[in-house]
Amino acid sequence: MITDTHNWSTLFILVRRDVLKTWRESADLLYPIMFFVLVTILFPFALSPETLVLKSFAGGLLWIAALLAMSVSLENLFKTDYSSGALEAIVLSGVPLLLVGLAKAIANWVLSGLPIIILAIPLALSLGIDTFSLSILLLSLTLGSATISLIGTSIGALSVGLRSAGMLIIVLALPFFIPILIFGAVATSNSQTGLIPEAELYFLAGLLVLAVTLTPWATASAIRTRLG
Amino acid sequence: MFKLFYHYSSLRNFYFFSEKLIPFLIAVFLALIIYSLYGALISAPADYQQGDSFRIIYVHVPSAWMSLLVYMAMGLSAVSVLVWRVKLAEITLSAIAPIGAIFTLAALVTGSIWGKPMWGTWWEWDARLTSELVLLFLYLGVIALLRAIDDRRTGARAASILCLIGIVNIPIVHYSVEWWNTLHQGPTVSKFDSPSIHIDMLIPLLTMTVAFMLYFIIISLYRIRSAILVYDKETQWVKDLITSSKREQI
Repeated sequence: MITDTHNWSTLFILVRRDVLKTWRESADLLYPIMFFVLVTILFPFALSPETLVLKSFAGGLLWIAALLAMSVSLENLFKTDYSSGALEAIVLSGVPLLLVGLAKAIANWVLSGLPIIILAIPLALSLGIDTFSLSILLLSLTLGSATISLIGTSIGALSVGLRSAGMLIIVLALPFFIPILIFGAVATSNSQTGLIPEAELYFLAGLLVLAVTLTPWATASAIRTRLG
Repeated sequence: MFKLFYHYSSLRNFYFFSEKLIPFLIAVFLALIIYSLYGALISAPADYQQGDSFRIIYVHVPSAWMSLLVYMAMGLSAVSVLVWRVKLAEITLSAIAPIGAIFTLAALVTGSIWGKPMWGTWWEWDARLTSELVLLFLYLGVIALLRAIDDRRTGARAASILCLIGIVNIPIVHYSVEWWNTLHQGPTVSKFDSPSIHIDMLIPLLTMTVAFMLYFIIISLYRIRSAILVYDKETQWVKDLITSSKREQI
């Protein structure tokens, strides 16, 4: 279905529209990223300023902060489109909802996943992580955040237009992110202790493939349900 | 086959059919639960290691099995909701979600009570305990979504989608938690290597599980039946039912 070139350009247009729209309302873009940095900064205060202590937790800390920041970003995904009626217009325009779901996930990843991955570099270095572990952390964050965007989009679509949707989305989504957190954090801590993190990375890649193939359908039927 | 399916999935037919079914189910349930309780508390020998405190498995294990089984039942309802838009399945989904959550909670609490004297701690980050805890949150998520959406039909459809995402996720969560558990900590708890259970202990456990299933079906039927009355409250057959029951009281 998506192999058609026409669909590719539709997908591109949808993604570009979302990215540009959020880019111009820069607050929506900024909050999750600020949240990510702030949560990461909190850990040294709570645990210990010593690099030796922080270093051993660094992977887990950054993963938790990234997970929370990504969950926070999910609320904005459909909110303005729903209240302005744009979502309804898109649905009525006859664009395959599968593409809409996929486009929303890609836009979410570009807008919150990518900045988080980039910001993770200075943060991880400040926590005293070595370069090899940093590369593993970034790789695991890349694979994991894409999966989070895909699953999160489905759950965001389910709670479109509900009262206190933001909190509901976080509560609904976090249990689904546990496997990603496990493999991501274990991959990083393994690379720090000299173990081979390959298996966890393969698991993350597998979860991503599963999410790419299944979640657009869930998102599409969620949009149909909430607007139908 | 389909005719039969449609016949019983109509709310009205289901209401009257289940009315006849319930007394029979209750009779079988009572017989089973009395037999199982006798077997569990009296005739089963005490465990040579754990003494009498092992008997909590007669609540714990059926609860844990039911917590998964109810989720599977929810999954089946979810498919019927999304594919065939069966009204009865919508009602079933919202009726059984809290029951499943309670079974999960019961499994966690009884496991914890058993863990205190056996493991020396109320909570252990054991793989099975942890994935059961995640399951509880999946149930709570479905319930939260059902509550959040005002329109009952839309709510049921949305919860069905969430439930199906959960079905895909349950095995992933389970195996990833096992993976995490084996890597992070060695077995701090000395588990009994695949406990071969005595036949006198096993039979009450199996009958107890069947009793739990019947209990689940009976409670679900009660909840589904009252939800049907609310759902169909504008229709003639419900109005007739209410007037006739009022007449009986007078």
